[in-house]
Amino acid sequence: MARIEIDGRFYDVQDNTNVLSTCLSLGMDLPYFCWHPAMGSVGACRQCAVIQYKDAEDTRGRLVMACMTPVMNDMRLSISSEQARRFRSDNIELLMTNHPHDCPVCEEGGECHLQDMTVMTGHTFRRYRGSKRTHNNQNLGPFINHEMNRCIACYRCVRFYNDYAGGHDLQVLGVHNNVYFGRFEDGTLENEFSGNLVEVCPTGVFTDKTFSAHYARKWDLQTAPSICVHCGLGCNTAPGERYGELRRIINRYHGAVNGYFLCDRGRFGYGFVNSSKRILKPRIDNQPIIAIETAESHFRKLLNAAKSTIGIGSPRASLEANFALRELVGEENFFLGLNDTEHTLLNTIIDLMRHGGIHSPSLREIEQADAVLILGEDVTHSAPRLALSIRQALRNASFAMAQTMHIPLWQDAAIRQLRGNVQSPLFIASICATRLDDVATNTYHGSPENVARLGFAIAHCLDDSTPAPFALSTSEQSLASSIASRLKQAKRPLVVSGTSCSCLAVIQAAYNIAKAIPSKDKQLTFTVPECNSVGLTIMGGKRLQQAFERIDNGLTDNVIILENDLYRRASHKAVDLFLETAAHVSVIDSLENKTTEKAQLLLPAATFAESEGTLVNNEGRAQRYFPVYPATEAARGSWQWLTSVMEDPHWQHHDALTSACATTLPGLATLIQSASVTEDAIAGSKIPRQPHRYSGRTAMHANIKVSEPGPAHDLETPFAFSMEGATTHAPPALLPVIWAPGWNSNQAINKFQEEISGHLRDGDTGIRLIEASGELPWFDDIPTAFEPEPGLWRITPLPNIFGSEELSQQSPSIRERQPLVCILLNPMDAETLAVGTGDPIEIREFAGATTLTIHAQIEHTLPRGLVGVTTGLPEFQSLQAWTQITLKKANPELQDLSEVPL
Amino acid sequence: MEKPLTKNIQPDRAFATLADYESTGGYLGMRKAITDLQPKEVQQWVKDAGLRGRGGAGFSTGLKWSLVPMDADAPQVRYLVVNADEMEPGTFKDRLLLEKDPHQLIEGIIIAAYAIQATMAYIFLRGEYHLAAQRLAYALLEARSKGYLGKHVLDSGFSLEIVLHTSAGRYICGEETALLNALEGKRATPRAKPPFPLISGLWGKPTVVNNVETLCNVPHILQYGVEWYQGLARCVDKGTKLFGASGRVKYPGLWELPMGTSIREIIEEHAGGMRDGYKLRGFLPGGASTDFLLPEHLDVGMEFDAIAKAGSRMGTGNIIVLDDKTCPVQMVLNLEQFFAQESCGWCTPCRDGLPWTVTLLKDIIAGKGRLEDLDRLAGLTRMLGPGNTFCALAPGAMEPLQSALKYFREDFERYIVGHYDEVGVV
Ligand SMILES: Cc1cc2nc3c(=O)[nH]c(=O)nc-3n(C[C@H](O)[C@H](O)[C@H](O)COP(=O)(O)O)c2cc1C
Ligand code: SF4
Ligand code: SF4
Ligand code: SF4
Ligand code: FES
Repeated sequence: MARIEIDGRFYDVQDNTNVLSTCLSLGMDLPYFCWHPAMGSVGACRQCAVIQYKDAEDTRGRLVMACMTPVMNDMRLSISSEQARRFRSDNIELLMTNHPHDCPVCEEGGECHLQDMTVMTGHTFRRYRGSKRTHNNQNLGPFINHEMNRCIACYRCVRFYNDYAGGHDLQVLGVHNNVYFGRFEDGTLENEFSGNLVEVCPTGVFTDKTFSAHYARKWDLQTAPSICVHCGLGCNTAPGERYGELRRIINRYHGAVNGYFLCDRGRFGYGFVNSSKRILKPRIDNQPIIAIETAESHFRKLLNAAKSTIGIGSPRASLEANFALRELVGEENFFLGLNDTEHTLLNTIIDLMRHGGIHSPSLREIEQADAVLILGEDVTHSAPRLALSIRQALRNASFAMAQTMHIPLWQDAAIRQLRGNVQSPLFIASICATRLDDVATNTYHGSPENVARLGFAIAHCLDDSTPAPFALSTSEQSLASSIASRLKQAKRPLVVSGTSCSCLAVIQAAYNIAKAIPSKDKQLTFTVPECNSVGLTIMGGKRLQQAFERIDNGLTDNVIILENDLYRRASHKAVDLFLETAAHVSVIDSLENKTTEKAQLLLPAATFAESEGTLVNNEGRAQRYFPVYPATEAARGSWQWLTSVMEDPHWQHHDALTSACATTLPGLATLIQSASVTEDAIAGSKIPRQPHRYSGRTAMHANIKVSEPGPAHDLETPFAFSMEGATTHAPPALLPVIWAPGWNSNQAINKFQEEISGHLRDGDTGIRLIEASGELPWFDDIPTAFEPEPGLWRITPLPNIFGSEELSQQSPSIRERQPLVCILLNPMDAETLAVGTGDPIEIREFAGATTLTIHAQIEHTLPRGLVGVTTGLPEFQSLQAWTQITLKKANPELQDLSEVPL
Repeated sequence: MEKPLTKNIQPDRAFATLADYESTGGYLGMRKAITDLQPKEVQQWVKDAGLRGRGGAGFSTGLKWSLVPMDADAPQVRYLVVNADEMEPGTFKDRLLLEKDPHQLIEGIIIAAYAIQATMAYIFLRGEYHLAAQRLAYALLEARSKGYLGKHVLDSGFSLEIVLHTSAGRYICGEETALLNALEGKRATPRAKPPFPLISGLWGKPTVVNNVETLCNVPHILQYGVEWYQGLARCVDKGTKLFGASGRVKYPGLWELPMGTSIREIIEEHAGGMRDGYKLRGFLPGGASTDFLLPEHLDVGMEFDAIAKAGSRMGTGNIIVLDDKTCPVQMVLNLEQFFAQESCGWCTPCRDGLPWTVTLLKDIIAGKGRLEDLDRLAGLTRMLGPGNTFCALAPGAMEPLQSALKYFREDFERYIVGHYDEVGVV
């Protein structure tokens, strides 16, 4: 702690940070550009100048950059001195000499940090009479606009993109006042976190291209706190709507989960909400019907007429929706909608999280790790934001070194300078090359069995009472022992594994390793495929195949499927049979898919943007999302469809479902804390979703009806679909938009944090449902090594951030980034088959008749005997994952493979 | 008068080979250091000798070396980097030393590296110094063949490699931390200090950066001793230095003279005074980034503190002379254009302030100036002053401007009020 004086007042503050960060933590206004709370200080923009006095007698003081000045006990500072003010205002004037002042047509306008800082410094009059330098803009792909003339050369973009996110294709080019921030030539920004440039750039150089297509000012957007639904990490988001259309997603700060950043899938995946595949009207036998009541009564009729009804839940539906289904059909008739493999893997993971005795970390805790082992995952593709956190963890070795050299940890450039040869170890064992390989200490590529075997070997090196795999090669053995020794030395080692390999042994090996690591601050985390995989599994229920058996046995005739395309989880034959045998199939979902095609009764579900619910992320944190705008036409929350046919009116409210979830299901008991969020938070007035400057309210629907329609009522959440209400009493975690006087951009978040980059005041969102306890025995079911069989290959799904996830793959911008539809082959396998990259190849299922012709692509790191396909692409839906296939070179002339036959 | 630095530079030969160099006692200083002295003792000798850096800032060389962490738990890898970037307009002293007597520098490097126990040294050479590059490369081969470089120098436990790196050519590469970035293959942008290169320099390791001329002094200190060295000077600063003069003097050139030699002696004696028909109007005493001084300052001695007291800086000690027929406003414009172009673009005041300075000066010269522009220029000289920018390039750039505004204000005003034909423009 240190006692410092700022403009004559005394403050007790932390002494491990810099003056800028401290002033902001104290709630003061001090302008800055190059500093970023997650990226530290570099002292480039010179905007944060303050006066520092030598001692109590000094009256003149010296101008220093607050971001580069360490806080020290007894220091005397002035923000408001005339000299400092003048400098800050003159500095903005200089920045502005080349700025186009095109705010009215700039998409940053209204949430622009440059505007805010300019107003803050008081620079209003332009004295520069010269001409401005201009730049050419580049086409940077489907996500990001580029308008370089607006650049103020703060260097944040390249620092984020290259230093923070590990990108390579965005650079500073040119010199003096002709510095240029772009790619060496036009082309799509490759990094998976490029979307953060939109928020990192303090001006309108990088803006959201998907937002441009249907742009609205920040103040004209209706917003509510939300949770990303595109993977299992549960990043917090702030989606914005206007005219019944979801317009964009920006980051919503969470002190433990996503911090300041999202991945591009999470930011740009929202397009599915506006998709033409949206189901907006109920359909009976594929005929759209208008009246909700007709649909409801048909739904009720089916229930009443049925011999018995089973419900199939979904890992992408909320806890409440799943719970409502479970209540409706009864526990014994509730199926999780996970296939056998998914079910086993997820149940094992939950069991390990609960009873394994090893802490399941938040992303923020992951950033504290000082050694990382990834077993069987390409995290950039399976849990993208986690990859960004792992990159930060690798800096811990240089932080430790910096400390011995007395370099403050926020001195970003100085620390990166040390980085060259000091980096915390990262080991990756995966099926083939991953996007983190560039920073890996060592990598290993093998089939899932072999990855698991390496894992068991590592555990055995750490603790020889654990079972060891036999017949390990000497290179595998020595790799295992070197990994083990680094994990043993670490203070906060982290083991990452997950479901991507569909291999139980991989998960079990990860546990053995984590358990065998001596450090008590070790962490074990698993990636899971969907936004509520963990919540659904905690809830508990039977497997999908058991549902199939129910129908097969004739025990049941009525099926309700909740937000689940069964064709993604089971073989086409099995699903076809199931849906055809069932007398009645009702499906509740938001987008058309193969399963909805087969529904006799199709009920339109609201998406995350139009409904509420609780999702549990991979860490075991339950978080709520709230409707951003009322669902259009007949769509409504799945839970509402389900409860509409229940007898007890008690169920008509969402909070009742949440609290029933908590009281009924032991694993969800702590959820009770969030059950009364509505009443607690409202305390009199609701929180408006529309900002105080929302414009056109009285006129926006005038083309339909001249009088202003009343706002839709929201009885389920603390929020109102209106401008009325107050935000002052709301905890920051419930603020729809981040906004503070003088701070219009998302950077206003500093006004709502306990300290810079700390937790939100009054707490971050969510409740951790699981805290580790106990201990489980060693797993000892070690698979034998994978041996390719001549002439046979195994279908190996490889997740991809752009394309694998069911909802985001319907987003047009994401689709542009989808990988080529092709199969990956080991070069030696390709040689045996006499195919090269781009050649068509015919796939035939070993047991079945399915054939598919597709381009081949050589992947050097893929083990022999495996063929890699992108997980979840519709083009591959007919192929069963992990099954054996035969391959044959196809006639190249026959094929125009852009249209892949199924 | 003794001229240790230039004693091997002779009109009848292109440059001093190893044999030439050794014939006048070359490499004896190195032998003494490595065979008779401990690294710390070498540091102490150089400190006691009073050698101050010749790169411009005048920091005590021995003191700099002694700040390198060398205890057992300090990083064992250390680097010595020679700043041979010499791009300061009007400065050409290192060039002479590099082209004419490369072994003197090599010997200096070996001694300095020994003193800080660095096993790797880099010479960061200005890109345009092709001839120096050739001769250095040749001299390095000669030195290596004699066992002065490589493993076990003079069969001692000390080993040293020297790498010659030719720069791609930016003025900012002369700033020692930008130089280190450039050497690492990064953009030549300065680094924040602290941490100083002495703690975290090249590749994050302790690094000493020294100017060419600085290191050329070192062999003589070792060879002839501290007292001899101190006796060379005429003032509190020690040793000799290469002083130069350019502009309309009779004999533009470079002379090795004792520290403390008066500017009058340099301009009037060594440079032969002004060319016929020209009068001395003022001068930049130490390169483009130093303040103008006037004829009334001619008797100031070339020593760090005395020049500072007169209102300028010793800088590189290479004088640029302003005559009465050259317009100081245009001279300043010329300099500011150079600095604006050479700004690395990292910090706002320099990146955007220098182009504005240039615009204002151009407007003034084009007759489009306004009187308030002079206040704006003065404002910019304060805005871009020491401490306000990220490195010393911008404050250096402001020195000739701020002093020109002080001493030659009427020249600026004449353009503005429309009587620029009164200015003695050439
Ligand atoms: C913009 C700028 C350019 C510089 N250029 C040079 C140069 O060309 N050569 C040089 O020796 N020092 C130059 N310096 C000074 C160096 O940063 C550094 O102080 C010097 O190399 C230290 O060596 P010394 O202690 O031996 O003088 C420059 C400094 C600045 C700010
Ligand atoms: S593009 Fe934006 S983030 Fe990058 S330097 Fe320019 S203003 Fe800063
Ligand atoms: S990492 Fe996952 S939760 Fe986070 S933004 Fe990306 S897809 Fe969404
Ligand atoms: S003053 Fe700033 S912009 Fe200029 S050269 Fe130094 S760091 Fe670069
Ligand atoms: S924020 Fe301090 S210099 Fe940029």
